[in-house]
Amino acid sequence: MRITLLRRDLVCQQAVELVTGYLEGTLSRREHRRFEAHLAGCPNCTEYLAQMRETIRLAGRLKPEDLTPQQRDEFVDLYRRWRSEQE
Amino acid sequence: MTDSDGDLLTRLRSGDERAFVGLVQRYHEPMLRLATSFVPSLAVAEEVVQDTWLALLRGLDAFEGRSSLKTWLFRILVNQARTTGTREHRTVPVADPEPAVDPARFDGSGGWADPPEHWIEAAEDRLEAGKFADRIRELMHELPARQREVVILRDVEEMTSEEVCSVLAISDGNQRVLLHRGRSRLRQLFEDEFRGVR
Repeated sequence: MRITLLRRDLVCQQAVELVTGYLEGTLSRREHRRFEAHLAGCPNCTEYLAQMRETIRLAGRLKPEDLTPQQRDEFVDLYRRWRSEQE
Repeated sequence: MTDSDGDLLTRLRSGDERAFVGLVQRYHEPMLRLATSFVPSLAVAEEVVQDTWLALLRGLDAFEGRSSLKTWLFRILVNQARTTGTREHRTVPVADPEPAVDPARFDGSGGWADPPEHWIEAAEDRLEAGKFADRIRELMHELPARQREVVILRDVEEMTSEEVCSVLAISDGNQRVLLHRGRSRLRQLFEDEFRGVR
């Protein structure tokens, strides 16, 4: 009885729009609950959420490339020029 | 490279040239990538980043540490880039609908008709093989500039949303919309990559 009154289920197309809010912790309590209830019954959206997490993880794995020796020299020069201006 | 930014800053203030090079190694390329989204060419972006490094040196005494060094540095960069850049009115069209997933992939009742294809393991394998970073950069470059800026700062540079808002001078609401769109698009690009569409 209560279930039919309380539940207006999210559909997948709505759920994917809540993923960032979910990960950011900015959903309202009600949205958060509805989102998790949807995930519990939806393997596709569960996979989608996992892929969004993976997307973030992959971005976080990018590390700056090493400076080339030439760049390094240029910045040492920049620094030394600045130092000499100070004196 | 385990020195914290704070350590490098302290050493730089006491005149250690290697600390400067250490910071450049850490932030030069990330700043260059961010700068390219504001200015018309790589050459201009390089100038902007160079100016940012000079501004850092000149501002060393004035830096009070109320924000992190990184946030401060990126904020200088964005200000320099905006002054130089041709992109003027950066109003963010937040109201424009841009769905996270192509509506054609859902059926009439909003359920998946063409569900997400699995690619996480394939991505991890390619990452393990050490061949993926350049491709990730290329894919990220396909994001619209404003989305890319937010994704770079949040997910590559791992800044907080507050820091990103401060660096880009955008509201928290805009930051979140851009992050959502950028990440959603990037997810799609990864899916396409491993689906062999591309």
